[in-house]
Amino acid sequence: MQSSTHASATEMAPATSPEPERVGSTWGPFLRHHGPMIFGALVLALIVAAALLAPWLGTSDPQKLAPAARLKVPSALYWFGTDALGRDLYSRVLYGGRVSLLVGLSVATLAMLGGLVLGLLTGFFRQVDAVLMRILEAFMAIPAILLAIALIALTRASVENVIIALAIAETPRVTRLVRAVVLTLREQTYVEAATAIGTPPLVILLRHIAPNALAPLIVQGTFICGSAIISESILSFIGAGTPPSVPTWGSIIAEGRSYFQLFPNIIFFPAVFLSLTVLSINLIGDGLRDLLDPRLSREL
Amino acid sequence: MLAFIIRRLIGAIPVIALVALIIFCLLYFAPGDPATIIAGDLATPEEVQRIRVALGLDQPFHVRLGIFLLNLVRGDLGTSIFSNLPVTYLIGQRLEPTFSLGALTILLSVVVAVPLGALAAWRARRAVDRMALVISVLGFSVPVFVVGYLLIWVFAIKLAWFPVQGYTPLSNGVGSWLSNLVLPTLSLGMVYIALITRITRASMLEVLSQDYIRTARAKGLSDRAIIWRHALRNAAVPIATVVGIGVALLLGGVVVTETVFAIPGVGRLLVDAILRRDYPMIQGVILLLASIYIIVNLCVDISYAIFDPRIRY
Repeated sequence: MQSSTHASATEMAPATSPEPERVGSTWGPFLRHHGPMIFGALVLALIVAAALLAPWLGTSDPQKLAPAARLKVPSALYWFGTDALGRDLYSRVLYGGRVSLLVGLSVATLAMLGGLVLGLLTGFFRQVDAVLMRILEAFMAIPAILLAIALIALTRASVENVIIALAIAETPRVTRLVRAVVLTLREQTYVEAATAIGTPPLVILLRHIAPNALAPLIVQGTFICGSAIISESILSFIGAGTPPSVPTWGSIIAEGRSYFQLFPNIIFFPAVFLSLTVLSINLIGDGLRDLLDPRLSREL
Repeated sequence: MLAFIIRRLIGAIPVIALVALIIFCLLYFAPGDPATIIAGDLATPEEVQRIRVALGLDQPFHVRLGIFLLNLVRGDLGTSIFSNLPVTYLIGQRLEPTFSLGALTILLSVVVAVPLGALAAWRARRAVDRMALVISVLGFSVPVFVVGYLLIWVFAIKLAWFPVQGYTPLSNGVGSWLSNLVLPTLSLGMVYIALITRITRASMLEVLSQDYIRTARAKGLSDRAIIWRHALRNAAVPIATVVGIGVALLLGGVVVTETVFAIPGVGRLLVDAILRRDYPMIQGVILLLASIYIIVNLCVDISYAIFDPRIRY
């Protein structure tokens, strides 16, 4: 617990918290200070491995119907039980993890790329800034999950559309973060010096400014990954997500809704996997922030 | 002050108009064709065309935008495709449960999270602080419907303290109204409490290290007076900001919570509209929720002047 309180102190009180102790040559202090992050990384590695190696982990076809084996409680044959159509929940949860992780990773990557490009442009070129930031502010006035719901409702349900909708909803916030970094860096002496010796603006932007925006961007990307996994499960849960042929943690929970009072196992297992995944990603994000920039406060 | 409030209210109109424009463009440029979806798989091309003309979907972009904006100014959000009733009427029927849930959640979250965050900062790295940290990490990681089902399982099914699902209007008595809303409020409040606790702690830590707090302590004020009267007031502006921003989380969470607890509110209306592809309904509800978000944050802006008299408008 020592390490986690330490982590919270640096992340939440940029101005007042003590400097984090230097990581020495031994692993002891590192493990002590970054325990939660290491725990998160281990849990996430296990879940990723389970999702990737699903075919070799004793699963069956997650879509296979077995009318005779409807609504079974967990047993040696059906580790997590079966759902209302007799489908094996253990297989569905493992295969469902593939979709959730894919969505989280893709949304984070796309939103980071989009936010980086837009943020560099708006931060560096004042003419672009005035127009683009007005539009992005209006986008940010629509809560991200509602924007994603609206986008999905208009298109066909598919994993790609969920990824695109969530990436569009998250990009304005990343743009604002990158823009804030660029605005401070633009006034630095070394940028002025680069301009003075005739470096083209694009080179300044890519070689001298972009690398400095990477640390906060990576931290932000971790949190986006976690929140995208939650958003995907919410979309699937309310029926605006992936098509019924693709099991995801959110859709398994949605399908188990009507049987919840008698068969809580249908909801329990995907819920535990979902919460553990997001928890481990958030712990990694908190740890990365402390490692990369202790002064960086959480951008929401 | 009054002039400032009026000025800000007028300033919010273009933002809401821009949001309306974005939502309209999303509907317009979306790849799906509403007429085809409404008509169903078995419809003939003639039927699809008839629906398209009836909905005005055959008109060019600027005509449709003009009609949409003109109706919006008159307070007309169109007609639901599914029930053929005005969208504003259908939304109006669902406002009470959603406002009850939202207001109770904000109240509960502020009452729990602000003292918790303040205590965590005052007792930094002690037991209270660790508890606050665990609550905030869990609040950010456990999705709202998971919290909801967990609460139902423990407090409604096992202990039978509260009803499992449903909603009773306030006019049927405060007791039954409240008992139906306890579990939804708790599950919706989790992430909001996590958010406000974090920012309160961070903001308080910064204030508590200031010279004037040391002065207050040196002149012999009690800890209680220092924390609640001197420190919290100075820490209030970032807290108020996050209370406003966090409403975005609530609006998304309301949709899910109302589904989990079978509450007939605006969020449930949105979910049903999505399942039925009722475009005017979806458009209307999202426009309403986005407007609430903008107005709440406007109120937060105005509240800065109350917390910090140095802020003059």
